[in-house]
Amino acid sequence: MSTISTGSITEAALPTTLFRFATAGSVDDGKSTLVGRLLHDSKAILADTLDAVARTSSDRGFGGEKGGIDLALLTDGLRAEREQGITIDVAYRYFATDQRSFILADCPGHVQYTKNTVTGASTADAVVVLIDARKGVLEQTRRHLSVLQLLRVAHVIVAVNKIDLVDFSESVFREIQADVQQVARELGIGSAELGSADHIDDLLVIPVSALDGDNVVDRSERTPWYDGPALLEVLETLPAADEIDTQLESFRFPVQLVIRPQGALAPDAVAGGLDVEAFRDYRAYAGQITEGSVKVGDSVSVLTPGQAPRTTTVTGIDFAGESLQEAFAPQSVAIRLAEEFDVARGDTIAAAGTFPEATADLYAALCWLSPKPLREGAKVLVKHGTRTVQALVRSVSGKLDLATFKLEGASSLELNDIGHAQLRLSAPLPLENYLHHRRTGAFLVIDPLDGNTLAAGLVKDHPGDHEDERYSI
Amino acid sequence: MSTLNDTLVSTSPVSTGSTTEPVTDAAVSTRLSSLDALESEAIHIIREVVAEFEKPALLFSGGKDSVVMLHLATKAFWPGKVPFPVLHVDTGHNFPEVIDFRDRTVERLGLKLVVGSVQEFIDRGELAERADGTRNPLQTVPLLDAIQQNKFDAVFGGGRRDEDKARAKERILSLRDEFGQWDPRNQRPELWNLYNGRHTVGQHVRAFPISNWTELDIWRYIERENIELPGLYYAHDREVFARDGMWRAVGEVSQPLPHEEVIVKTVRYRTVGDMSCTGAVESDAATVSDVVIEVAASTITERGATRADDRISEAAMEDRKKDGYF
Repeated sequence: MSTISTGSITEAALPTTLFRFATAGSVDDGKSTLVGRLLHDSKAILADTLDAVARTSSDRGFGGEKGGIDLALLTDGLRAEREQGITIDVAYRYFATDQRSFILADCPGHVQYTKNTVTGASTADAVVVLIDARKGVLEQTRRHLSVLQLLRVAHVIVAVNKIDLVDFSESVFREIQADVQQVARELGIGSAELGSADHIDDLLVIPVSALDGDNVVDRSERTPWYDGPALLEVLETLPAADEIDTQLESFRFPVQLVIRPQGALAPDAVAGGLDVEAFRDYRAYAGQITEGSVKVGDSVSVLTPGQAPRTTTVTGIDFAGESLQEAFAPQSVAIRLAEEFDVARGDTIAAAGTFPEATADLYAALCWLSPKPLREGAKVLVKHGTRTVQALVRSVSGKLDLATFKLEGASSLELNDIGHAQLRLSAPLPLENYLHHRRTGAFLVIDPLDGNTLAAGLVKDHPGDHEDERYSI
Repeated sequence: MSTLNDTLVSTSPVSTGSTTEPVTDAAVSTRLSSLDALESEAIHIIREVVAEFEKPALLFSGGKDSVVMLHLATKAFWPGKVPFPVLHVDTGHNFPEVIDFRDRTVERLGLKLVVGSVQEFIDRGELAERADGTRNPLQTVPLLDAIQQNKFDAVFGGGRRDEDKARAKERILSLRDEFGQWDPRNQRPELWNLYNGRHTVGQHVRAFPISNWTELDIWRYIERENIELPGLYYAHDREVFARDGMWRAVGEVSQPLPHEEVIVKTVRYRTVGDMSCTGAVESDAATVSDVVIEVAASTITERGATRADDRISEAAMEDRKKDGYF
């Protein structure tokens, strides 16, 4: 019988902030088990789910003489996954501690599903990369780290898993730690000279046993030679990406739509005392602040592709009946402007004088996510902010060799390739370098025939730009 | 209602610099609370769908998730009206107080209500009553019919990824084919906050703006925003009988068998669905604050506790989603 006890529980403190992280790893490195362990040890798994998993574990004879439950079953959601014992698709999981609410994107390690790692990492504040202690750094590890560097994930953490299977050996751990830090240095991860706030600024390596829980939620006594934090401690204390961006970036606001009710005011708002006369000519631009912050009275530019920027002043920031003096990323608000400009979806409102000129020449790094290869001369769609335009692929100028981290010559990109390409757009877009603007520097490449997403695109400066050379993946 | 400013974890200092300078002041430290971040994400998604689709609609059952969805929509378009109709698939086995709540809500917000009726399909012989009397799985056909008849190209749902293992893998914008089917192995990658809703004629998109909310987030938000819900979400006395490990309400379509004893219990519902398959839980939580405390302390998932239809098989939700269910 389902009975809920309210017993002695007092109201828990509200989790204060949201933190998004993803896991990435190779097949069989115990990623699902690690996720299951985090959920289990942070008490996010409710009793009936655990019972179901325990039943299935026992049916399959999991754990042999040790018994116990197969924590991986907590995250393998689809029937094919349970049957084949692999993870097919990104699964999102939720748990909370007193400090934070976590959104966890569990990304599969299967080679053909690398697109899911890109998906999970694109919204993540941090990514945990798993390495099997018995196998060390694999090509898949290098591939994952390349993708994370390319996407400028704010924090990368390496978990050396199955440390119990190498008898908690310090020397095995130190060797893997040295190897992975070497890869990170080659990629520019953890390199102090980059000095920008949105780069990957740390590469923490933690020895863990997802199966037994060592260094996952609590520090383990079985790794006395490791004096760093447990994984969850790290996740609870890292600053989220928006926190970093809001401090450093200029105000950016892609207009989603214009709110102009004219006569059609919300009846509940009117019933609540909204002044119908005062709102007759109400006009505001709705969107989500992608970077930075804005205040009433700020001078802003409206960027309409194909037109010169128009400068005006913010006269109001509205949110569902509240008038705000200031708003910041990632708030969704509606902004009123002093001038009655013709502003529409696809335009961008930005801090005055901070936005580059729109251009129809797009230089980009592409993560190719489709089985349909990219060929020079292809016609595609580019979705950037709130605007979608047609584009012609002028040239593919190379793809990344994962062994050397150098660009090699290529004229096409296949599934899972990361390469450089030049596109000509049918209309100019206000493109910004992804290195400094993770939102306005990102775009999708879409197949005009079936509408599928072909690639994750990252805007680069023109080739030859000095800074760009250093980030040559 | 609390203001946005009240709920900021910290507020930024007043700037004294020129407003034309880029914001590079490292002292600016602003974080949204997790509820504000989830609310902002949901409103962004709702606005994207309205901007990019011809004819969206919102699935509205009177259940708490759909009520929160509608509340978010009113905030997204304030002071304008919510610019799309609501769609209810009526199993004919709904709790009367929920139907009443639905009608009052639609009236209050000046919305158009489209109803797809399971009963009408049964009456026409296009659907057959199941042996177990449960009508939830029968909703798929009237839902797809209503989508086609009304040419809806995007349908908002209140689905959350914490509800079920299959939902945990669904995208925020989920493409459905001509038969309403979900293909979990062929989902588009969803990158950054760029949602790709392109579809061809006959296809439509299900949009799940509160994908990232948990049951507890929903209740905390209902509390914070002072959102009205149907009364059966709160503790009340009701005639019930035990079946399948759940308390079932005695009603026209939910009659006890001779061996099932009817007793009066203080109960509430954690989900509001079809009377024939939704169970109540014993609870003294009479106010929204009580419910928040109860949910925070709960050890059983809401679907596991109260939905017979999800217990049919381990992959019950996945199978229904593939066939075009919510």
